[in-house]
Amino acid sequence: MTLPIQIDAPLGMIQPLLIVCGVGFLVLIADLVLPHAKKHWCAYLAMGGVVWAFAIALGQWGEEQHGYAGMVVLDNLSTLFNLLFLGSTFLVMLLSEPFLRQERVEQGEYYALILFCTSGMMLLASSLDLITLFLGIEVLSISLYILAGYRRDSEASNEAAMKYFLLGAFASAILLYGIALTYGATGTTNLNRIADTLTNAEGPLPAGLLLAGMAMILIGFAFKVALVPFHMWTPDVYEGAPTPITAFMSAGPKAAAFAAFLRTFFVAFGPIHADWNMLLSVIAALTMTVGNVAAIAQTNVKRMLAYSSIAHSGYVLIGLVAGGNAGGTGAIFYLIAYTVMNLGAFAVVILLEHRKGGGDELKDYAGVGFRYPLIGAALSLFMISLSGIPPTVGFVGKLYLFGAAVQTGHIPLAVIGVLNSAISIFYYLRLLVLMYMREPGEVLPPVRVPAAIGIALLVTAIATLGFGVFPGQCIEAARAGVRALFS
Amino acid sequence: MQTLSVPLEAYQLVAALLFTIGLIGVLVRRSALIIFMSIELMLNAVNLSFVAFSRQHGQMDGQIFVFFVMSVAAAEVAVGLAILVAIFRNRETANVDEVHLLKG
Repeated sequence: MTLPIQIDAPLGMIQPLLIVCGVGFLVLIADLVLPHAKKHWCAYLAMGGVVWAFAIALGQWGEEQHGYAGMVVLDNLSTLFNLLFLGSTFLVMLLSEPFLRQERVEQGEYYALILFCTSGMMLLASSLDLITLFLGIEVLSISLYILAGYRRDSEASNEAAMKYFLLGAFASAILLYGIALTYGATGTTNLNRIADTLTNAEGPLPAGLLLAGMAMILIGFAFKVALVPFHMWTPDVYEGAPTPITAFMSAGPKAAAFAAFLRTFFVAFGPIHADWNMLLSVIAALTMTVGNVAAIAQTNVKRMLAYSSIAHSGYVLIGLVAGGNAGGTGAIFYLIAYTVMNLGAFAVVILLEHRKGGGDELKDYAGVGFRYPLIGAALSLFMISLSGIPPTVGFVGKLYLFGAAVQTGHIPLAVIGVLNSAISIFYYLRLLVLMYMREPGEVLPPVRVPAAIGIALLVTAIATLGFGVFPGQCIEAARAGVRALFS
Repeated sequence: MQTLSVPLEAYQLVAALLFTIGLIGVLVRRSALIIFMSIELMLNAVNLSFVAFSRQHGQMDGQIFVFFVMSVAAAEVAVGLAILVAIFRNRETANVDEVHLLKG
């Protein structure tokens, strides 16, 4: 007997996503069973799941498959982003475990939520339809709302969760109306078919409807990746959320939103490229400038990194404006670079925040460089990379982005980008000056580096330097990812 | 039998109107609960718009989308109310102007 309806559901292509989701549920069950003293096993279970999914995703490199009625796609772009998400999730888990233990808030659902959030990111990067794209964004966001407010007893964490939730839900509603209007104008929610309709429509398309829809989708994405003028939530949420979650938010979810942004605007709205290009380049210039200038005025390191994260969104946007193979490659490589160096910087922030008498204020960093030479050296490396000085990955990333902008004739944008990098050097290096040239107020107590954070620091430091000196393979991977977009 | 039919444009107009009311509500009201209700109004406006477009194009895609929107909205309500309850326990207020520990 055959089924009356052919079900187009190849489970193999979404295997990493299924593993992450399934392990998430397992962690929830394990949390119920385990006694309180053994809660850290939840972390090991979750990390094991992530490593397993990473191995499967690595094996999927080069495969190409469409499924679920054309809603989900497996190509090099989605595989590359899956690897990035899983890698950053693993690093964040390494950072979280000692943090939760020290704060005495070890609970299994923390890891389950991170895993669910990761599954949302993976769905987002592999969605070829506005329906799956919306679902991915929501799975990701709803998990993050809870994680931002994870410290239930802390008023700052509460406030971060509320602000993130209200603005995030508001942005989702706008994104959704944009999707509805685009659907109304083109009659489909599939990204490829939207592009088809735009190139060979029989009659004239309702241009007003289409442009309004595209603008609202753009606003929705702008909220998620924190572009000016939709960036207001970022500093507050970054400051109030638990620090490992701040690190998490700036890495995976940002890259995931950019992956969907890239796919939607390169594939679906590719044919009307001219309509959004100018707008995006203005937003990119504004985002870089506002982010960098505001970062100078900050006295809290987490807020400073929040504004720096806004500025880096602006840099990635240059790649989207430049478009084509060069721009796409630049944007993807920069996302990888930013994830690596930023997670490293946050690892140091977590370490210094949790020593005796430590904190997040700039003055807490006075004299740190001599007292803890290794930690100081690591933070210096990440700050140098974030400001884009060779021989680090941040420099190579900016080189490719600005190069792509110049190649495609967006010279003013490249100039603004370079000027902004110069501004950013000021506040990144100010931290180094504080660390090495200022005497601490009192004698600094010794700091104990938990093994997990040590490993995370080592991995990010090696990647920051390694990809900076030998970027070849990583660039090739990014190029292969973009090629999948245009095939 | 002659039935009185409402033109499809009318549905879109109502949807746009509801969406705008929700948008203004989010921007103007100061109680987190009312802001949240306004967001729900925006989501429902989108649902109406989806159903009308679906009818106009003569396909089911838009109506399927509405199911997803409703389930996502339900999840959002659960999380949002939990966050508000947590805030209210610590602060005894749900006014967004009084929750300003973090500058910004």
